[in-house]
Amino acid sequence: MTDISLHRGISVHRIGAMILRYWYLLMSSWPRLLELLYWPALQVITWGFLQLYIAENANFFARAGGTLIGAVILWDILFRGQLGFSISFLEEMWARNIGNLMMSPLKPIEFLLSLMVMSLIRLAIGIIPMTLLALVMFHFNVYALGLPLIAFFCNLIFTSWSVGIFVSGLVLRNGLGAESIVWTLMFAILPLACVYYPVSVLPTWLQYVAWALPPTYAFEGMRALLIERTFRTDLMLEALAINAVLLFASFGAFLALLRSARKHGSLLSSGE
Amino acid sequence: MTENDKASSRPTVADRTLSAAIAVDHLVKVYKQTRAVDDISFSLPRGSITGLLGGNGAGKTTTIAMIMGLVLPTSGRVQVLGHRMPEDSASVLGRMNFESPYVDMPMRLTVRQNLTVFGKLYAVKNLADRIAELAEDLDLGDFIDRANGKLSAGQKTRVALAKALINQPELLLLDEPTASLDPDTADWVRAHLERYRRDNNATILLASHNMFEVERLCDRVIIMKRGRIEDDDTPEAIMARYNRATLEEVFLDVARGRVNGAKEVAR
Repeated sequence: MTDISLHRGISVHRIGAMILRYWYLLMSSWPRLLELLYWPALQVITWGFLQLYIAENANFFARAGGTLIGAVILWDILFRGQLGFSISFLEEMWARNIGNLMMSPLKPIEFLLSLMVMSLIRLAIGIIPMTLLALVMFHFNVYALGLPLIAFFCNLIFTSWSVGIFVSGLVLRNGLGAESIVWTLMFAILPLACVYYPVSVLPTWLQYVAWALPPTYAFEGMRALLIERTFRTDLMLEALAINAVLLFASFGAFLALLRSARKHGSLLSSGE
Repeated sequence: MTENDKASSRPTVADRTLSAAIAVDHLVKVYKQTRAVDDISFSLPRGSITGLLGGNGAGKTTTIAMIMGLVLPTSGRVQVLGHRMPEDSASVLGRMNFESPYVDMPMRLTVRQNLTVFGKLYAVKNLADRIAELAEDLDLGDFIDRANGKLSAGQKTRVALAKALINQPELLLLDEPTASLDPDTADWVRAHLERYRRDNNATILLASHNMFEVERLCDRVIIMKRGRIEDDDTPEAIMARYNRATLEEVFLDVARGRVNGAKEVAR
């Protein structure tokens, strides 16, 4: 599997084989399945009660019903999307299976596409029950957002894949010693993406940084929809453009890190 | 036949490189200050079994990794089944396979699931039949539906060998294929490899510390030391040259620096 072989055809069968591998793994381990449900449920319950409490004591939040719980759900799409991607990748590192894959006809792009599909599957397992919980317990129906929800979802999942691809490359190059980046990098985005507050809260210079991140557009867009009842198409298109650049850049970085791993022999010693 | 005809029918270096299963040309790998592989060249004809010998740090694994395309050479060229590695690896990776102690099969998947996944990655036709065939050949039947992590070391080695043979490779790279096997199972695996080579005209490159294994299986031995090729010949010729009865004694001579003296005496 080399970067040079990328121009050749992509095999759906090989992508399917990798998805099957992760599906077998998921089905063989109930703790893995439970973990997918546990954290999103905990998040929505905690933030749902906080939203109720604030709504009872503040007029603005009463009007802007659902911004907190909506933000939590969208944040989880972003965060769990990246984890779903990265954990499937880490499973290969933990299992010391990466050499087998690199020596097989599987191409980098096929490997990454299978990780993307797995991130969607894992996300669905975790997020769908979370949204139903929000509906039953807090009467917040995220699906009532309608078509804009698809735009928010796409922009968030594209960013999560970009981050997932980049950190996977880092782990491939540096071994499992770099694993903590997988779990923590997205939290560096959390304050800058303005998940729970508008961009206008940030100092002016930091607002430029925030607007460079596609999730900021999704969270601002969600607040515009819930508070002002306006769907900001312009925000979604700008986010899509930045996401396209990020995806392209992260894929380039992954290939460069893979090449560096080959140069330094890291694929043979993928431990700490 | 004139001299010119003879000359034109003689295989050129380029012909030999193309027809060879593996052609390594002035291969060098430098990690920071260490020359792990230091300007080695060799060519393995198709259908041969070659043993790569050497102590720890001799450069065997790095050499095999460069042949597989897992490690990029600092300089030099590798051709596998007529294709340059790693540039043209997409043309050749489906026709080769490997087994190494540096990799594992996923632990939570059953043996059958693992073989199914790898069979699909290698686009094996009639995969269920192929898995059944391997299960019979390598005696996997008793544990084929057990998770890989619950197998004994010997069973895992057999599963790894089954994975290495799933696509009926033309070229098989093996790093310590009988490590952690009891003598009976190890002997049985060697017999299987001999049979596989014979039936499929496959080429096998084998890195091993088991000298008995190399003597039995290999028709050629390449001895490496500190990244360089110390000797390269048939096991019999090497033993005769070092004036030793076994390859193990030769290995000790090389490892302990008694090479030159022994060579001079023998020559």
